[in-house]
Amino acid sequence: MKNNTVNTDAAGTGAVNTDVMSYADDMERTDPDVMTGVLAVSRAMDFTAFTRADALRALYAERREPEDFAALLSPAAAPLLEEIALRAREETRARFGNSVSLFTPLYISNYCENGCVYCGFNCRNNIGRARLQQEEIESEMREIARAGLEEILILTGESRRMSDIEYIGAACEKARDCFRTVGLEVYPMNSADYAALREKGADFVTVFQETYDAERYGALHPLGRKRVFPYRFGAQERALLGGMRGVGFAALLGLSDFRRDAFATGLHARLIQRKYPHAEISLSCPRLRPIAGNDKIKPKDVGETELFQIICAYRLFLPFAGITISSRESARFRDNVVGIAATKISAGVDVGIGGRAGGGKGGEQFEINDGRSVSEIRDMLLSRGLQPVMSEYVYV
Amino acid sequence: MDTKGLLTLMGDSSDIADDALVLGGRAFTSRFILGSGKYSLALIRAAVEHAGAQIITLALRRANPGGDENILDYIPEGVTLLPNTSGARTAEEAVKIAHFARELGCGDMIKIEVIRDAKYLLPDNHETLKAAEILADEGFIVMPYINPDLTVARDLAGVGAACVMPLAAPIGSNRGIEARGLIRILIEETELPVIVDAGIGRPSQACDVMEMGAAAVMINTAVATAGDVPAMAGAFKKAVEAGRAAFLAGPGRVLEDGADASSPLTGFLRGEGRL
Repeated sequence: MKNNTVNTDAAGTGAVNTDVMSYADDMERTDPDVMTGVLAVSRAMDFTAFTRADALRALYAERREPEDFAALLSPAAAPLLEEIALRAREETRARFGNSVSLFTPLYISNYCENGCVYCGFNCRNNIGRARLQQEEIESEMREIARAGLEEILILTGESRRMSDIEYIGAACEKARDCFRTVGLEVYPMNSADYAALREKGADFVTVFQETYDAERYGALHPLGRKRVFPYRFGAQERALLGGMRGVGFAALLGLSDFRRDAFATGLHARLIQRKYPHAEISLSCPRLRPIAGNDKIKPKDVGETELFQIICAYRLFLPFAGITISSRESARFRDNVVGIAATKISAGVDVGIGGRAGGGKGGEQFEINDGRSVSEIRDMLLSRGLQPVMSEYVYV
Repeated sequence: MDTKGLLTLMGDSSDIADDALVLGGRAFTSRFILGSGKYSLALIRAAVEHAGAQIITLALRRANPGGDENILDYIPEGVTLLPNTSGARTAEEAVKIAHFARELGCGDMIKIEVIRDAKYLLPDNHETLKAAEILADEGFIVMPYINPDLTVARDLAGVGAACVMPLAAPIGSNRGIEARGLIRILIEETELPVIVDAGIGRPSQACDVMEMGAAAVMINTAVATAGDVPAMAGAFKKAVEAGRAAFLAGPGRVLEDGADASSPLTGFLRGEGRL
């Protein structure tokens, strides 16, 4: 299929290299307090300054402040990983018991107007482009629901033109018929748009900031609306203002200094939770994965050990947050992490377009590493003494 | 690490370099608020001096301007008066008492107490919130006495209260920190200074809540019913200072059982154990 490239900058003029901190006119601005705080503190943090004593103090603190979180992410904490894991498991069990939620992502469109150099959906990438018709979406959802899942995450590439609010809203309505919880991972939008999608049945919104290093962000996002750093940063807040039940956060680890990005992610989530205490908070922990069209992209410095340390640090800093473990990771890694810190796991994953009910229409965003079915994931959890949970939500 | 910026960012008013208790824009170096009830008026001066207190509470209903045994006559110069609305059973009554306090020249600080429970004297959070909103709008520095309830504390922050004053145990009981877990939540989650009020019976308990991160403590009965009122005020002063210093220093870790030598949780990272 022909590459459907849409080159636009934030203002839609087609120019590149606009200031990453400048909003387009139609972008809603939120109070910059949270972003200012996160960027200032994360930029200033020196992860090499922590000692083993700092890490131990953070590990056993009754109340963990941001500097404790940083200490747990620091190289000094790495030799303490076993103790960190034990403590993380205690926190997870205290808050979540042995429950692990299951969900699956459904990609309904892969058209994109951004040029993220690390992403398979990049508008300059020559992959098959497709979007599902509403009847195809329904077929996919019915196929997913047949496996027993009650939670779905609807994803699109970031093209408002090819997947507008009405299109996503119609998908949410269909999802509401098939599932009890509906998450969205689509392009950032204004709070009125989030309110419209909430009305159609969406419950949660996840937006990956990718990296909190604004300069690096600019280099990695040369064009498209995604280039506007603060608009993306404010997405969770606008989603909550639009009435969403909860919001998800993530940095794509490996794009920049992964410790700093993990630290900023946790701080972002913490400050939003503090500002909107009713919000349900979740974190994802993606690492870079190989993509079509760019064989240089590898999760170089974020090995499994580093990723595990980050996930445990998230748990210790944000004991109340849901943590999702991606199918980017191996089955072995995922199976172990769900018992310790992660509380949600995807199953029956297909990151292409229309691969379940039909024959598959579009290219994939990244390569997955764990393609097990829902029943296989369910059996794995049960064998490890964990309780698979399909839904924890009564829609009223 | 420099914690100043982080603590400020996370809404903590503590500041290692300049550790002042700030209430309504006014800074105090003492974090021990002393009550003036239940003991002889003649002992108030000595108690204040031993306590090093800069704020003293005053039940407005005990003020007797121009009459005998007027408590206002016994409070040393330079100490900030914190009149309270004790006796109020509704928000409306609390507002009226606050107005009287202002007219009497007691300043703009007001501790809101609205109590409809004569047995345990537990505060009425609902009426307290209503009174706080009215008085904050009128420019008072509002210090509400509450049951420790996070939602109410957030609402009080929203209407302009200067702090929250959760009880540790029923007032006058000297039973200690019965509401420990709830107070800890307030300290961690609210943007306002948390001043632990009521129930603290011993200096060690005052030290304990200060170590937890309370901004200050308010003590009355524990001092008033001590064998030596000024001496006990002095003991509380030291306890409050020690607790604050410990909080700022950051408590050391508690040694727990060590990790299992076989590393059962991280073995998978090295390809050990079950797949």
